[in-house]
Amino acid sequence: MTDRYLVSPSPHIHAKASTDSLMRDVLIALLPVTVAAILFYGWSELLVLGVSLLSCALLEWAIAKWMMHDVRIANVPSALVTGLLLALNLPATAPWWVVFAGAVFAIGITKMSFGGLGQNIFNPAIAARVFLLVSFPKQMTVWAAPNGFLPVTDAISGATLLGKYNEGGMEALRALGYPGNHALFFDMGGSVGEISAGLLLLGFAYLLLRKVVKPWIPLSIFATIALISGIFHGVAPDTYTGPVLNLLAGGVILGACFMATDYVTSPMSAWGGVIYGAGIGFIVMMIRYFGSYPEGMSFAILIMNCFVPLIDRAFHQKKYGRG
Amino acid sequence: MGGVHPDDSKFARESRIEVLGVPQKVFVSMSQHLGAPAKPVVAVGDFVKTGQLLAEPGGFISACIHSPVSGTVKSVAPRKDLAGNMAMHVEIEVLGDLWEDSIDLSTKLIKDIPEDREAILQKIKDGGVVGLGGATFPTHVKLNPPPGKTAECLIINGAECEPFLTSDYRMMLEHPQEIVVGAAIMQKVLHACPCVIAIEENKPEAIAAMQKAVADLAYPDIRVAVLRKRYPQGGEKQLIDAVMHRQIPSGGLPVDVGAVVQNIMTAFAVYEAVQKNKPLISNVLTVTGDGVPANMQHNYLFRIGVPFSYIIEQAGGVPENTAKIVSGGPMMGKAFANLEATTVKGSSAVLYLSAERTRRKAEGPCIRCGRCADACPMGLEPFLLNRLAKAGDTQELENAAVQDCIECGCCLYSCPAQIPLLDRIRPAKAQVLGIIKSRNVKK
Repeated sequence: MTDRYLVSPSPHIHAKASTDSLMRDVLIALLPVTVAAILFYGWSELLVLGVSLLSCALLEWAIAKWMMHDVRIANVPSALVTGLLLALNLPATAPWWVVFAGAVFAIGITKMSFGGLGQNIFNPAIAARVFLLVSFPKQMTVWAAPNGFLPVTDAISGATLLGKYNEGGMEALRALGYPGNHALFFDMGGSVGEISAGLLLLGFAYLLLRKVVKPWIPLSIFATIALISGIFHGVAPDTYTGPVLNLLAGGVILGACFMATDYVTSPMSAWGGVIYGAGIGFIVMMIRYFGSYPEGMSFAILIMNCFVPLIDRAFHQKKYGRG
Repeated sequence: MGGVHPDDSKFARESRIEVLGVPQKVFVSMSQHLGAPAKPVVAVGDFVKTGQLLAEPGGFISACIHSPVSGTVKSVAPRKDLAGNMAMHVEIEVLGDLWEDSIDLSTKLIKDIPEDREAILQKIKDGGVVGLGGATFPTHVKLNPPPGKTAECLIINGAECEPFLTSDYRMMLEHPQEIVVGAAIMQKVLHACPCVIAIEENKPEAIAAMQKAVADLAYPDIRVAVLRKRYPQGGEKQLIDAVMHRQIPSGGLPVDVGAVVQNIMTAFAVYEAVQKNKPLISNVLTVTGDGVPANMQHNYLFRIGVPFSYIIEQAGGVPENTAKIVSGGPMMGKAFANLEATTVKGSSAVLYLSAERTRRKAEGPCIRCGRCADACPMGLEPFLLNRLAKAGDTQELENAAVQDCIECGCCLYSCPAQIPLLDRIRPAKAQVLGIIKSRNVKK
């Protein structure tokens, strides 16, 4: 009677969370901002989302099947996360072929050529965004006026706040009524994923609640940005933007909560995460204040991705009974 | 530090302890404690009484074994244990139930503890008492710390942190006074060190029962401590950390930090051995599983040596949707390869698991989520140990402290990619321990 039963080593039970369920949670967390983006930007946004999601998923599968000869390497849920993040990092006006080129770079170059899920050094969506930014600067910086399914009239169109600052300094910002004229919710402009800090934070709260990610990396990024911009703005308010704008504008919240927390490309320990986040915050502020790009979140994350193996080497858990 | 929170699944918690009968034949294993196997002192054809000595210790770390039944010795021969390994067993054909005369079979509580420390230790040794929390380490050895080491705290382990298991819980509800007397006896042996009965917070009834017994019996310096619920709270190292805020140095013993840990059931066995002259021939085990009907959930007082197949039959057979049967808890128990195997002193459960609950999915790639490291109660990095074990790098494995692994299973339990972390770490640990041992011998 015994050979009917499984025999294998302990433990005999398993926690419910799986790689797929974690990826699904990230997709759910991004749902509010995705819906808002569609309502805001309408059909053009639906096209960007559709091309990005579909091509990322198909590329993941096709490369695993025909180039790596093992479909098990493909992890479609994680490719969908990459696809969604890529779409949220693009302007709604991005032509379909730019989106597709981004998907090829994200999945093909950044992820699969390193060996697929878990092997990549750089966050695929971020790497693709930077690739597109330097390759197609014109298509990547035409920010659409919200022209979607909602009657929004007072939203900012054209260049973002940070773009204005980059071109004309504080004078240009003041002309827009800064400070005092940026709400937390629907008027940030920029990439479609940057439109609503509130909805992004809502999604991140869901991830925290589900214990999918820990808060240390985003908190460290926010604290560093607030600290650096607080000091600069405090010393020279006429030259440097302040903490509120720097925290809310650009890709800080999207990047900190959803891209910098990517398991594969971030440190594993809590203290490692704090160092990593501080590095990102520092680089972002240096680019914004002294660089030629208006926005630096993507570059900052990409640069800090390189340091993750070193950070992991430096921070280990405290072992039981060893001091 | 670390740990996981699996679903409690204590379905048998309301089932009172039932006395299980005996089949026509029992098989008593000679290897049912940590250390050297016991040496049989009976021959084929001998008649033995219940509680009579069957085998004497086979070394310093070893224990006596007694007959759980009365009857005739039919054979002394190797037989398969539950994993399929061969071990020496004494086969007894049961005839009536005639007990050794020296054993007190009344249920009257004897509160007065003998004065002579050496005499108590001898009784515990002669009673074949071993740790019943899982490791089955001979109790008299543990209660007699080497020269220069003193016990500063006796911890009675009532955490029962493994899901499904309820035998310690039922004992605390049904025999709290005997457990407290057993604890007081061990306290006496350890030169009257303070004693803490540690119970997880999810067992309020057991906490109340033990607190009442402690108050009623009024021995000095015994108290009940309530612990946070997490697995493996009842692991010896974790328990000492939780109760005393001390950590045993790597490779050290609990007594190095002044701790002696004994299980609830061991305290009961000490009580019976010292106060009733009754050797360790019975224990309590839980028969349970997920989706198993309430009338098939049992806590049995069984004679040690009864085959598992008999227990399963008495409990109503193997339930329909069972995919795996485990001896012990779901986190550290062993899967049965042989249901004809016999119960041993450390048997704590027969656990039926459905395919849905127990099946492992295919291994995926590591996504570096860090859950294994968060879960490891020893502060190790299982993802790293897994990689090093695959590479066979014993030097780096030792640097990463693979030898500290307690094999609790938290890493594998928590891994979302279902990487068989512990499956690879376990043999690597054994290999590194071997290397350390041979290096120490050379010195």
